[in-house]
Amino acid sequence: MNKIYELTALEIRDKILSRELTAEEVVLDIFKRIDETDSQIGSFVYLRKEKALKEAKNIDKRLAEGEKVGALVGIPVAIKDNMVSIDDPSQSASKILKGYVGIYDATVVNKLKEADAIIIGKTNMDEFAMGSTTTTSKYDIITRNPWDLDRVPGGSSGGGATAIASKQCFLSLGSDTGGSIRQPAAFCGVVGLKPTYGRVSRYGLMAFGSSLDQIGPFGKTVGDVALALNIISGEDKYDATVSKKAVPNYLECLTGDIKGMKIGVPKEYFIDGINSEVNKKTKEALDIFKELGAEIVEISLPHTKYAAPTYYVLAPAEASSNLARYDGVRYGHRSENVSDIDSLYINSRTEGFGNEVKRRIMIGTYVLSAGFYDAYFKKAQKVRRLIKEDFNQAFKKVDIIFTPVTPNTAFKIDDKKTPLELYLEDIFTIPANLAGIPGISLPAGMSKDGLPIGIQLLGRPFGEEDILRAGDCFEKAMKERI
Amino acid sequence: MGLTRDDILNLAKLSRLRFNENEIEGFQSDLNSIMDYIDVLNEVDTEDVEPLVHINNNDIDLREDKIEKSLTSKEAMVNAPQSEDGALVVPKMIGE
Repeated sequence: MNKIYELTALEIRDKILSRELTAEEVVLDIFKRIDETDSQIGSFVYLRKEKALKEAKNIDKRLAEGEKVGALVGIPVAIKDNMVSIDDPSQSASKILKGYVGIYDATVVNKLKEADAIIIGKTNMDEFAMGSTTTTSKYDIITRNPWDLDRVPGGSSGGGATAIASKQCFLSLGSDTGGSIRQPAAFCGVVGLKPTYGRVSRYGLMAFGSSLDQIGPFGKTVGDVALALNIISGEDKYDATVSKKAVPNYLECLTGDIKGMKIGVPKEYFIDGINSEVNKKTKEALDIFKELGAEIVEISLPHTKYAAPTYYVLAPAEASSNLARYDGVRYGHRSENVSDIDSLYINSRTEGFGNEVKRRIMIGTYVLSAGFYDAYFKKAQKVRRLIKEDFNQAFKKVDIIFTPVTPNTAFKIDDKKTPLELYLEDIFTIPANLAGIPGISLPAGMSKDGLPIGIQLLGRPFGEEDILRAGDCFEKAMKERI
Repeated sequence: MGLTRDDILNLAKLSRLRFNENEIEGFQSDLNSIMDYIDVLNEVDTEDVEPLVHINNNDIDLREDKIEKSLTSKEAMVNAPQSEDGALVVPKMIGE
């Protein structure tokens, strides 16, 4: 048998159910794996060792007594540091939440626990999910790409991607506001899914952009990601933006057949300036879809070039509003240097927030301020509708849409990029957040210098079944080629 | 055109943040680049377009207006910078 940590989530679950493995030995193996690798990789900011072990032993006891168990029984899962869980620290990788301990479980955490998953810890991220490198984390931990330790894992859910890529756990949850699951998935060579807006509850997720954020799974395989999506999706009385639509069994949609599926290729995503290795693998991936019997259809999404500017108005605006709660009053960092109400707020926030967060708060404040609201914020909301309409029109002709994930492969940690250069890395992932549609990043091979390259499939709203089915077929075809 | 130093100071005040001179210059430059980039949105004709506010057309279901369990004051104070007897303690700032 393969080493335990090399198995998939589905395999682990099956072996625990059949009692071939105990939940305890799986958890011990995972913590051993983390001990051996994490000083180099830096996925985790917190480990729930004792609690996880206790939970694992309890699961083994219940299994021995023939009790019914949940669909994720015994699977070690990691969650991003911006999701709260009871009695565990959560800081959104920010100094302003240093020492913050969860007093309730996020809905996704509750669902994982009810499914008998074992939450093993919290993963590193860019501060308040703002970034695409994980380097703005205020922890003293550098998260490195397991394929080349001098390179970034991507972000903001970098630790969630590296934990899967370095086989430190079997599932992890990230959050995606402009690409923060899909981009690190591509950089690290794992599967990452951003669900439809409203598929998964955001209750307990520290908000960045409330109309853009979605929690989603990372996994080694499409099957594992489908398994996780089954559990975390669905109606929630604590989040009014969650859909009441029934959750299908996403595993059952992995039929292995996409003959006749119409795959749209938007010409606006295939531009100059994409790395040649990314281009090569993207073309090869499209050929695979052709061989699998899909019909490739050229489409146009005319407002694509306006997506990133639209996002960089709306996301900072929503963030400036959401981060107003960090004021040194009820929780988090309170400055020692306080003489009046202004200094309480100003000093606590100035001391507690990092530069990228401050930058986005300032942009957000600007585009929402009197005299500029119509010209920027309202304008961007109108362009957003046009971007969504482009997708609505496209999905009348095709079932799913195929695009690259990133214009480049993972860059070096020491590469000094300007804020704007970093923002431009997100151009292929941002549109899905603006339109509220699901997107999956799939490993599509390696560049000449050994770096992973991903491809993206976008689906219509609540069309996760289509992108999972196509992704699963692609993954199986890729396996046969090795 | 673009943001002046005074604009940056005003935004900082609104954001409840404070910056030193170096940072002000840095922010001025960064924000101006970003706003230049965002200006491309002016190319788009949005004459009869409604702003997109709600992503999905969820009907908002209101729950019954009945009292449910919530946090205890003990739980609510777990992360308080300073608390006493279940109440949050804040620096005195009224009545000087």
